[in-house]
Amino acid sequence: MKPVPDLPVTLRVGGPLRTIERRPLPPYAPEVLAFLTALSKRLLTAPQTRLHPDIAAFAYWCRPANLARLQRAFGAAHARLGRGLALHIAPANVPVNFAFSFAFGLLAGNANIVRIPDAGHPQAEVICDALAALFADPAHRRVAAMNRLIRYPRSDAITGSLSQIAQARLLWGGDETVSRLRALPVHPRCVDIAFADRYSFCILDADAVLEASDTVLASLVKGFYDDVFLLDQNACSSPHLVLWQGTAKAKAAQARFWPAMTAYLEKSYALAPVHAVDKFVHLCATAIALPEAAASQRHDNFVYRVVLDRLPADIERHRGRNGFFYEHATDDLTCLAGIVEERYQTVTTFGIDRDALVQSIIAQGLSGIDRVVPVGKALDIGVIWDGYDLIGELSRIVHTA
Amino acid sequence: MTAHALTDTNAAEDGAADPSPLAIGPWLAADPYGMTAAEKDAALSAVLRALTQHHRAACPDYARILDLLGTGENGMTHLADVPFLPVRLFKAFDLLSVPRDEVFKTMTSSGTSGQSVSRIYLDRETAALQGKVLARLMGDLLGPKRLPMLVIDSPAVLRDRNAFSARGAGILGFSLFGKDVTYALDDEMRLNLPAIEAFLARHAGERIFLFGFTFMIWQHFHRALEASGIRLPIDNGILLHGGGWKKLQDEAVDNAEFRAALGRSTGISRVVNYYGMVEQTGSIFLECEHGHLHAPIQAEVIIRDPLTFRCMEVGETGLIEVLSLLPRSYPGHALLTEDLGRIEGVDDCPCGRHGTYFSVAGRIAKAEVRGCSDTYEARS
Repeated sequence: MKPVPDLPVTLRVGGPLRTIERRPLPPYAPEVLAFLTALSKRLLTAPQTRLHPDIAAFAYWCRPANLARLQRAFGAAHARLGRGLALHIAPANVPVNFAFSFAFGLLAGNANIVRIPDAGHPQAEVICDALAALFADPAHRRVAAMNRLIRYPRSDAITGSLSQIAQARLLWGGDETVSRLRALPVHPRCVDIAFADRYSFCILDADAVLEASDTVLASLVKGFYDDVFLLDQNACSSPHLVLWQGTAKAKAAQARFWPAMTAYLEKSYALAPVHAVDKFVHLCATAIALPEAAASQRHDNFVYRVVLDRLPADIERHRGRNGFFYEHATDDLTCLAGIVEERYQTVTTFGIDRDALVQSIIAQGLSGIDRVVPVGKALDIGVIWDGYDLIGELSRIVHTA
Repeated sequence: MTAHALTDTNAAEDGAADPSPLAIGPWLAADPYGMTAAEKDAALSAVLRALTQHHRAACPDYARILDLLGTGENGMTHLADVPFLPVRLFKAFDLLSVPRDEVFKTMTSSGTSGQSVSRIYLDRETAALQGKVLARLMGDLLGPKRLPMLVIDSPAVLRDRNAFSARGAGILGFSLFGKDVTYALDDEMRLNLPAIEAFLARHAGERIFLFGFTFMIWQHFHRALEASGIRLPIDNGILLHGGGWKKLQDEAVDNAEFRAALGRSTGISRVVNYYGMVEQTGSIFLECEHGHLHAPIQAEVIIRDPLTFRCMEVGETGLIEVLSLLPRSYPGHALLTEDLGRIEGVDDCPCGRHGTYFSVAGRIAKAEVRGCSDTYEARS
């Protein structure tokens, strides 16, 4: 095995790079489960966690009951081992993403080198402090020996050196980052899991919205808020297009949903003046660039809606931010075949038969859509993500016949 | 109304009767600060209504925007009803209301390196109207005669002609109101004391017109004088400056300190800030003796709530919208800026000028980018 070189990186958690233990474990190894359980406990009791719901969500995801569920779902059809060393290039703008990426690598049985961003997110420090404390505990000696969390300025030289000794890379951050990192020479057996730019949308059933009780409507609104506004509509899985199923009642359903959404935003969302201006600029630009835009409605500056009289095939190129939506009503969801391509990732739904939708995606052989989940779950990252079974991809099968 | 019909307004420049609401004559003849806000609202909204129709007919992109915003021609009874465009749109799109072969001059904003710049397309008519209104406002400020002029900048700014940068265009534009135009700084932005002293000797006892950009004046003129312990005898000077306070705010220098400091280094007692932008050249907002920026009759300021875009009350801080009757060759007669400010009062400034007076509080803050992209960033 090629030695791990000494590189000019800042070690945030774990010892020097050259001392890293690269002997893999099987997926869902007891050592790893014990470590993540301890991490979950530690984060859930950390006082700072109350300030950061995203840390709480990660800690909740790591709790033993959830890991046991994931392990059962993963199954034991094959004998497996981690691939070896996994290199993670985590995104700068989603504060806890590095922690999920790290956990996926761990659960698959890998040693991990995680480049964490230095974007000034306090969440990263809270999680790294918790990891460092657990690494110091002899009970987690094996996990501590296998993992390093580091920082370094953008450097193809460093990323290139690490890529040559990694058996797997998790590359977050969109097309540009992926193609840049893909250009670096890698270990011949290296598996890249690349998270490219994606596009997501939402399907709401007009009848279901009209018939929803006030309580159900409130939870729909809260779920839509979480999907869109927690990351300013910038996440790959946040919807840009809202498709209404049921043309006859779409207007009435919109008249119920959007004012409720706006009222919730007025209470819960700190709208930056620059984002209000951004949306207004985008609306004017949309008028010029998108002939299918037939009308628009502004709910103050919290929600901007552009009504499409028909769905342009390239609607994926038109995206909102901070609460800017394209809307279209249809009676026939097979219209999806006219727009869906590889970039499509998540569909969030309300009042839609998700199993039937998945079957129709498969029956039509659509080249995109990897996730069909209820409104409110768009950002719930997990071991199945972007169409990958991450634990499966990050481990290798030891086959016998 | 077509762009062609507008060119007849030249006939009305001496104030002769012209039925077009777009005739400039009456707006040049009147006292620039002589209308109450209510009088102006009625008179100016008739012009802006006509301009909205003109641009809708002449600029297809503008028409598309109005259609999508759901703006009709009716109900535009007040200035606040005039549809406005975000000023940033001029950075992303070439918006013209004249054929390209009638473009006489293209103005660009002075974005710092890497930023995109606004491109404002002027035909001869709009450029001429800008000049006339600016002359009217400057005449009110400086008097009927040209004054000896000291530009607090380097002549190199004009030699480096990347189109018309806002800085160069500002210097050229205001130089029309001075004579014996002399640059106070050399090519390296250092104080050119021999030139300044010779200029002051030539014009001893005369009123002097000084012009420059706020930060340049502070950094390269006031600071340099202070460092060398020189006090220039320009007590009879009137200093016009603009360009924004951002860099000076970083140094905790406000308008009062700026005035006081220049008093110490030059004796100048009349310091006049102005607020204006390349997107509405000509109809600028000048500061009065009481430190208030005033809207002249040819322009207006509206403050809008960032959360709703509704008009805000006197004293409330929000986004500044600027309106001007000048833009004919591009749809820039009502623009939402990215500056924050507030109306200080209406018709009752102690200086005696009528209309709206206001203050500018700076740019809206940039926001942190959240989301999945941009991982492999330079920071770490």
